[in-house]
Amino acid sequence: MRSLFEGVPARAAWGLVCVIVLLYLAPLVFGGYVLSVLILCCYLAVLGQAWNVMMGFAGQLSLGHALYIGLGAYASGALFFHFGLGPWIGLIPAFIVAGAMGALIGWLGFRFGIRGVYFALLTIAFAEFVRILFDHWGWIGGSSGMFLLVQNRNIDMDAASIANAFWTLRGPNWVFYYVILTGMVACLVTVRLLMRTRVGYYWLAIREDQEAAQAMGINVLRYKLLAVVISAMMTAFGGVFYAFYNNTLYPESIFSIDRSIELLLGVIIGGIGTLFGPILGAFALTWLGEGLSITQEWFDIAGLKLLTYGVAMLAIILFRPAGLWPWLRRLLGMEERRPDA
Amino acid sequence: MLEVRGLHKSFRGLVAVNELSFAVAKGSIGALIGPNGAGKTTVFNLITGALRPDRGQVLLDGKDITGRRPDQACRDGIGRTFQVAKPLNDLTVEENVMIGALRAARGVAEARVEARRVLDLLAFGREATKPAHELTLPDRKRLEVAKALATKPRILLLDEVMAGLRPTETDQMVEVFRRLNQETGLTILLIEHVMRAVMALSGHVTVINYGSLIAEGPPDQVVRDQAVLDCYLGQEAD
Ligand SMILES: Nc1ncnc2c1ncn2[C@@H]1O[C@H](COP(=O)(O)OP(=O)(O)OP(=O)(O)O)[C@@H](O)[C@H]1O
Ligand SMILES: [Mg+2]
Repeated sequence: MRSLFEGVPARAAWGLVCVIVLLYLAPLVFGGYVLSVLILCCYLAVLGQAWNVMMGFAGQLSLGHALYIGLGAYASGALFFHFGLGPWIGLIPAFIVAGAMGALIGWLGFRFGIRGVYFALLTIAFAEFVRILFDHWGWIGGSSGMFLLVQNRNIDMDAASIANAFWTLRGPNWVFYYVILTGMVACLVTVRLLMRTRVGYYWLAIREDQEAAQAMGINVLRYKLLAVVISAMMTAFGGVFYAFYNNTLYPESIFSIDRSIELLLGVIIGGIGTLFGPILGAFALTWLGEGLSITQEWFDIAGLKLLTYGVAMLAIILFRPAGLWPWLRRLLGMEERRPDA
Repeated sequence: MLEVRGLHKSFRGLVAVNELSFAVAKGSIGALIGPNGAGKTTVFNLITGALRPDRGQVLLDGKDITGRRPDQACRDGIGRTFQVAKPLNDLTVEENVMIGALRAARGVAEARVEARRVLDLLAFGREATKPAHELTLPDRKRLEVAKALATKPRILLLDEVMAGLRPTETDQMVEVFRRLNQETGLTILLIEHVMRAVMALSGHVTVINYGSLIAEGPPDQVVRDQAVLDCYLGQEAD
């Protein structure tokens, strides 16, 4: 607990606790549409947090994170589809497969000195490669997709049914909401704690200057690999959630580069290399997107959404290049005493 | 303590270090000097493993460490600074040094204490909490030294850390190294153009030109060596 809030001004700590409590109370007030948007927000926040570990903290650009979503989704989805095993058991192979894939890509890239944009291209190439592989893999349904059985959307409100709904991730939306919200908080806490350890500081050193990091005794390859593996695993958690929430998996959609881009836009908007940037960005971008979709339908202006999206991105990059969170944090007087994470 | 034997490195035909051999005795302060482009920095890069030599060996306490990675060299006890400082820009000065201190510390808390000690030693005052990118050039050089010192090296390689310092600052820095050397037995090898610092600190000077050894010995003797005078004069005439 101490290292969780160390250096955080009391006002920021209370603000955070309040926001989290409010988010946990949200299903009591909202249902249906609002709840489904909140689910999307939290889901993107998890993915953004994961991507940010690699890019924001360890300084390694990945444009192929959809790969780990897909691997997580298919690993757990296939276990459920073929053997009836639930998401929490599916999480284990999801972690292993995504972590191993991250390690492989990282090793290939870092071992052979592929850096920056070229490394990013490698990550795209792998996502595409796996997509094509899955398109032709009959056991998981190939390009015609895999469908998970949806049952009992409505559950009895007794403890056993509720526990069962959480365990099997089959149930009403509020069950999914609590799972992904808790996942979001867990990711936040995990990353926060990691950034206070040797690993976190080594990542920052590598991000800032690899040669300097190496001269200070840091095994750059090892710590970069660790960043990719942890990031891949966190992303795979998002993938497992995706599988059980959406129930339909197509390689073409799940491994697409659009998905890889979508998850990092929020981080850029919110603030790369900050803890709350990914969360703020995911919420801001998702609600903006929803608002625009509705407006677009009302006024029947095709392309309004994409256009505004583009303008918003441009405005952020031009006027708040560090993202919204560093600016908001200063505005609210919530800056940490140590300006690191 | 540190010895190089027949070290050789060429960059696409250009011989940067030519069959160079010299040694730095344990507990001593050695200097490596030579005109611009003589190959001094390249020697450091070869010793620390940032570059791989074409031929030759690097020995630390008699153990062959040729071709080890820079982080391994650091863990073996070789600390180095970079001629063009490499601060971790977005982090504070204290964090920069703390990360170096993590090499030998058990955890972050211990490293933080060690960082404070090193920062005090190098007379960092209020700058300690500043982001490193806000530092002036001399302060960045000091930070370079602090980062290297924090890793608790047994031998410290300093690449022109006095360049750009005012004479009083140079004297302070010289004093710090002298004390470190006397009190902790730290071995130092320094590359330096500021002769005032070389003369004040080192007992043994190695002079190279075009990557080859041209003279070595005590500083007062080396500065009167004809070959040394010629190569420095040659440069002035350029
Ligand atoms: N990575 C490299 N690739 C190609 N050439 C290099 C490389 N590093 C150094 N050189 C060349 O090797 C020679 C020696 O360079 P080095 O930096 O070692 O000299 P130096 O003695 O440190 O000079 P200075 O006093 O200017 O710092 C120079 O001609 C330089 O251009
Ligand atoms: Mg040099």
